[in-house]
Amino acid sequence: MRHDHDASTALLEQVNYALNERITLRIQGSNSKASLGRPVAGEVLDTRSHRGIVSYDPTELVLTARAGTPLAEIEATLDAAGQMLPFEPPHLGPGATLGGMVAAGLSGPRRPWVGSVRDFVLGTRIITGHGKLLRFGGEVMKNVAGYDVSRLMAGSFGCLGVLTEVSLKVLPKPRKCFSLRLEMDVHQALSELAEWGQQPIPISAACHDGQALHLRLEGGEGSVASAIERIGGDSLDSGYWADLREQRSAFFTSSEHLWRLSLPYNTGPIELPGQQLLDWGGAQRWLKSSATPQVIRQAVSSVGGHATLHEQGDTPFQPLAAPLLRYHRNLKKQLDPQGIFNPGRMYAEV
Amino acid sequence: MNILYDERVDGALPRVDKAALLSELFESLPDLEILHSQEDLMPYECDGLSAYRVVPMLVVLPERIDQVQTLLKICHARQVPVVPRGAGTGLSGGALPLEQGILLVMARFNRIIEVNPKGRFARVQPGVRNLAISQAAAPHGLYYAPDPSSQIACSIGGNVAENAGGVHCLKYGLTVHNLLKVEILTVDGQRMTLGSDALDAPGFDLLALFTGSEGMLGVVTEVTVKLLPKPQVARVLLASFDSVEKAGRAVGDIIAAGIIPGGLEMMDNLSIRATEDFIHAGYPVDAAAILLCELDGVEADVQDDCERVDAVLKTAGATHVRLACDEAERARFWAGRKNAFPAVGRISPDYYCMDGTIPRRELPKVLHGITELSEKYGLRVANVFHAGDGNMHPLILFDANQSGELERAEALGAQILELCVAVGGSITGEHGVGREKINQMCAQFSSDELILFHAVKKAFDPKGLLNPGKNIPTLHRCAEFGSMHIHHGKLPFPELERF
Repeated sequence: MRHDHDASTALLEQVNYALNERITLRIQGSNSKASLGRPVAGEVLDTRSHRGIVSYDPTELVLTARAGTPLAEIEATLDAAGQMLPFEPPHLGPGATLGGMVAAGLSGPRRPWVGSVRDFVLGTRIITGHGKLLRFGGEVMKNVAGYDVSRLMAGSFGCLGVLTEVSLKVLPKPRKCFSLRLEMDVHQALSELAEWGQQPIPISAACHDGQALHLRLEGGEGSVASAIERIGGDSLDSGYWADLREQRSAFFTSSEHLWRLSLPYNTGPIELPGQQLLDWGGAQRWLKSSATPQVIRQAVSSVGGHATLHEQGDTPFQPLAAPLLRYHRNLKKQLDPQGIFNPGRMYAEV
Repeated sequence: MNILYDERVDGALPRVDKAALLSELFESLPDLEILHSQEDLMPYECDGLSAYRVVPMLVVLPERIDQVQTLLKICHARQVPVVPRGAGTGLSGGALPLEQGILLVMARFNRIIEVNPKGRFARVQPGVRNLAISQAAAPHGLYYAPDPSSQIACSIGGNVAENAGGVHCLKYGLTVHNLLKVEILTVDGQRMTLGSDALDAPGFDLLALFTGSEGMLGVVTEVTVKLLPKPQVARVLLASFDSVEKAGRAVGDIIAAGIIPGGLEMMDNLSIRATEDFIHAGYPVDAAAILLCELDGVEADVQDDCERVDAVLKTAGATHVRLACDEAERARFWAGRKNAFPAVGRISPDYYCMDGTIPRRELPKVLHGITELSEKYGLRVANVFHAGDGNMHPLILFDANQSGELERAEALGAQILELCVAVGGSITGEHGVGREKINQMCAQFSSDELILFHAVKKAFDPKGLLNPGKNIPTLHRCAEFGSMHIHHGKLPFPELERF
């Protein structure tokens, strides 16, 4: 039984109250991503009362839902119509909401081949730092009127406004899906992936855990069958990818710090103390390490990437170059002049 | 209401001492090519929206980034408006010059810096033509996906500024989906990197914000695009329908069958006849509408999908479905669609191309509305439609030499765009707002939303020197635009929120 409810008026009232009383707000859904970013002090603004799918027409490939809608409910609705959120968002908790998904901007194993959360955001409704509920973008695939404020919201951790509603592009589920495991070392895996990446092989996930390369193939019957024949390997349970996405694999259980390394496709193995797990065909690597942030960020920056501490900390996100930081502050100042939304969640100055 | 820059409603522009500016530019940038005489400036008076012309104060043609940097610093200090321009093929007047501004032409930055097949990216200067990227990547079996119809001439810097699309957007996305990194210069000439060589970057997604910002937040100096493996095969089906509604429903049925075509285009009878006369593509001239459906990918899948789509089309009531029998016929089917605009140009002295988007389910309603408006204004409208992604290009036929026809065409176009907004769509899918649709922005957005857009602009360009007057209308302009509509007693769609 769903409990659809439009609580946008109450959310707007709370924001206006905060503006009048000059208090800061800590925006949250189920708090499944609370461990990401910097700690925030403020009154809790809970989006979960504002929930429900507002519209979904499978032939339009567009779903619009309120920010507090549980991600599980959205995925079940799409699944029943043979469709999906292509970017496989990590839930990181049972009650994960749509708003948190967009604000955290995290994408799962399929990301390099189909795009990220932000790529599928078509429109948003946002409560701004001026105390207004506004609409940007829409429910159409192509829309270049005005600035793309909706996509800017993805990954902004609630620092620029309160998301109240999101329209997403969705896609049909692939007709055929097959996962396999190939015993090979990381050097060979990266070199094979670079080769396959230049060919029309329907890879939709690629992870190396230190011992073996795990691949998922998705497409029509024909393309998947011919890729299996070409690549070989042993069959793998498809649940592997959900475990990877939700960080339930054995790799994630060690007590050392968890880092997310984002790297260019063609980056070779990176020597750092600790254990590594390659996802996204090598473009995202998880690192369990007690090395200092300086050592890790230096190694990753030197090859054109960046490193995020995937747990709460003082500087979880890679520090920004001086001009970028200046414009982050300018943007924050313009969109949230009183600094009431999640102050300091991403950077102390923003 | 006129769309040319009007200081009364669009805001006062700084007064520029042209002689003093010129002498400083000559002194600080001795090797920069500067055009300043009337006859040299004339060729730059418009972009692809040639109905509107303004001779710029100066045109500069830099060849090195440090020249652009110095120029921007000087303009910032002197408060000189700067209008950036790529190849000048834009259709919305996004690069329309200002009498009191410098036109900064980036076309000479035409070097492909790097094509990296293993990293699946290309790093290019902003003046590189869209098609040149795919040509450079072709030896590696790769290509750059967005393909606006001007791809032979348009530059990648302009593509970033406009978030350019094309006929393959449903499956492969717009420019914003195919970028990794963009180097820009801020209004005061500082270098800044947006995005990264990796798939994401720390901080806010400024790359997404800048894409499609029409040169108002910064000047693009380098672009790193993603490259994709070329699909093994592509096949095209041509389906005829005896009603536009049936064709529209067939589009939804294809998608409901779980198929995402590489391209899915619709043309109405007037477009079909104009095109067939011109190109002899083999289109059925008696059909009310045709659908072109391209399926691409791995051979075995494409074969399967063709059979599925064929069945869907027939069930949806197609009177005839043909699969292009070979590559030559496929090219001919596409040649028709790609030449639809010039074909329409042959049957009318002038035409005006619109760019609205709508949810696909609203297609019958919107086409019906366009027919009514067409009769009301006494002007023919040919409809060409990126059916897969809901992007319509109604072509309004008129004769600029007949007194009042241009004004009627503009008024009809404005009403079509407002109809798109009323059904939940947008006034522009891929051509941009520029100056052309500056008034229709007032229909799509509330004053509070426009205020937020101006706040975004202020974060990057507080003095409003980069491409002033484009993309986002002032509240003053909207107030006048709104009152004009009410004054004539024909405010469309009264149910829409107004201010």
